Amino acid sequence: MDAIQKTLLEQVAGLHDVPQGAYSLRINGQLHGKNSSENISIVKKEDKPGIDIIIKPGTKNESVHIPVLLSQTGIKELVYNDFHIGEDCDITIVAGCGIHNGGDEESEHSGIHTFYVGKNAKLKYIEKHYGEGDGNGKNVMNPTTVAILEENSYVEMETAQIKGVDSTRRKTKATLADGATLIVREKIMTHGDQFAETDFVVDLNGENCGTHVVSRSVAKDRSRQSFLSQINGNNRCSGHTECDAIIMDQAQVVAIPKIEANHIEAGLIHEAAIGKIAGEQLIKLMTLGLSEKEAEAEIINGFLK
Amino acid sequence: MLEFKNVSYKTPDGKEILKNVTLQINDRFVAVTGPNGSGKSTLAKLIAGIYVPTSGKILLDGVDITDLSITDRANLGVSFAFQQPVRFKGITVKDLISIASGKKINVSEACQYLSEVGLCAKDYINRSVDGSLSGGELKRIEIAMINARGTKLSVFDEPEAGIDLWSFNNLIQVFRNMYERTRGTILIISHQERILDIADKIIVISGGEVAAYGAKAEILPTLLDTRMGCRFTKEG
Repeated sequence: MDAIQKTLLEQVAGLHDVPQGAYSLRINGQLHGKNSSENISIVKKEDKPGIDIIIKPGTKNESVHIPVLLSQTGIKELVYNDFHIGEDCDITIVAGCGIHNGGDEESEHSGIHTFYVGKNAKLKYIEKHYGEGDGNGKNVMNPTTVAILEENSYVEMETAQIKGVDSTRRKTKATLADGATLIVREKIMTHGDQFAETDFVVDLNGENCGTHVVSRSVAKDRSRQSFLSQINGNNRCSGHTECDAIIMDQAQVVAIPKIEANHIEAGLIHEAAIGKIAGEQLIKLMTLGLSEKEAEAEIINGFLK
Repeated sequence: MLEFKNVSYKTPDGKEILKNVTLQINDRFVAVTGPNGSGKSTLAKLIAGIYVPTSGKILLDGVDITDLSITDRANLGVSFAFQQPVRFKGITVKDLISIASGKKINVSEACQYLSEVGLCAKDYINRSVDGSLSGGELKRIEIAMINARGTKLSVFDEPEAGIDLWSFNNLIQVFRNMYERTRGTILIISHQERILDIADKIIVISGGEVAAYGAKAEILPTLLDTRMGCRFTKEG
C-alpha cells in the first residue's frame, strides 16, 4: 500500500495497515488481500466480483474488516458481497470505501451487500464512506444493502458519509422475521455541489419485530440531500423512522418518511425535521469564547457524533 | 468594574426597553431586580453583547466594550448564564464544560465543576445537553459552565427560573459558595428574596430605568414592604 492508500484506510476503517484476523482488502478494482479465520471464511466469488463471508454459527466477539480503496482515477466497479451469519453469532463487520481521485475521470464504487442473519444472531455493521483528491473527477458511491433478519436476530447498522463523496445513492432494504430488531443510524454531511440520496424500505413481517431508522444529516453550500424511508408494518410490530437535518447556505434537503400499517397491531411513527442551526446555540457557544465559525463547527460535530 | 454610561436600548420595532441607564458596578455580588418586563434581561444581554445599545457606552475595567462582539467580550472576561439554557443535540455535558474552561479537561476536573452545582458527575458527564435533561439539571449545568470559565464578570439571568423548591435551596448554597470562592464580580438578575439577601448591593430596575441602587441593607427592606407595592420580590 502507498501513502495515499494508507490514509484512505485510516479514514474508513481506523486502521494503519492490513487488519488482523478475518479481512478482505480491495484496492483499485482488485482483491489486494484476504484472510479467513477459524470461524470466518472469506471466499472470492467465481462468477462476479466480490466475496462471500461465511460466519460459523455460535461465533462470538469476532470482527471482520472489508475495506475498499480507490486511488486511481477513472475506476468504476460493482462488487457483490454476501454475508452469511450463522445462528447465535455475535459479531462486528467493519466496511468502508475511500476514494482518492486526483485525476479528471469519475471514480465509482458500487457495492451490493446482502446480509443473511441467522436466528438469534447479533450483528453490528459499521460503514464509512470518504472521498478526497484534488482532481476534477467525481467520487461516486452507490451502495445497496439488503438485510434478511431471521427470528430474534438483532442488527445495528451505523453508516457515515462525512466528506468528499460527490454523489451517492444509497439503497437499504430489510425484511424482519418474528422478534427481529433492526437499528439504523445514518450520518451524512454534504458540501460543495454534492448530492446524496438515501432510500430505506423495511418490511416488518414477523410478529413482535421492530425497527428504528434514524438519519442525521448536514447539508452545506449548494449540496442536495434526499431522504426516503418506508416502513411497512405487516404484523404486530413497532417501527420508527426519524430524519433530522441541518440545512446551511444554499443547500436543499428533502425528507419523505412513509409508514404503512397493514396490521391492526402495527405501531408506526415517523418524524422529520429540517432547519438551520438555532441562533441561540451559536450565541451560547460564543458567550463561552468561541467565534461564530468555531461555534458552528462544534454544533455540527456534536450533531453528527 | 462594569460601567453603563447613558445606555438606551430600543427593539428593532422601536419599543424603548432601557432608558438612559448610568451605572457603576464594582462590588463582588450585585443583584438586579424589578418587575417583569422592566428591562433586566435586556441589561444582561447588553453586557454579554447579545444586544447592542441604541446609544450610550458600556465599559469593562475602563475598556469600551460597546462595539465588541459576543466572542470578544467572552474572551475579555464576561460570562453569561442564560435564563433558558440552550439544548444541543449530541454535544455532551463534558464537551460544554471543556469549551467553557477553554481547554481539554479530564473527567475529574469536569466532575469537580458538576459536584459544585450538586450534580452527581458520573451520571451526567457523557450525557447530551438535550431534551433528556430536566430544566433544573440544565440550569445547574449552565452554572457549572460559568464556574468553569472563572471570569472576572459572571452574569446570571434569573438562575431560579424553572427549578423546583428542593433544587432552589441548593442553588442558594451554590451561589454562597461561589461568592466565597471567586474573586470576580457576580451579577444576578433575580426576583428571589433569598438571592437578594446574599448580595452586597441591589439594583432595582423599573420601566427601563434604575429606580434604586444601594446596599442590600438599605434597599431590601423597601422592597419587602408590601405597602410600597413592591410585591414582586416575594413571588416564587
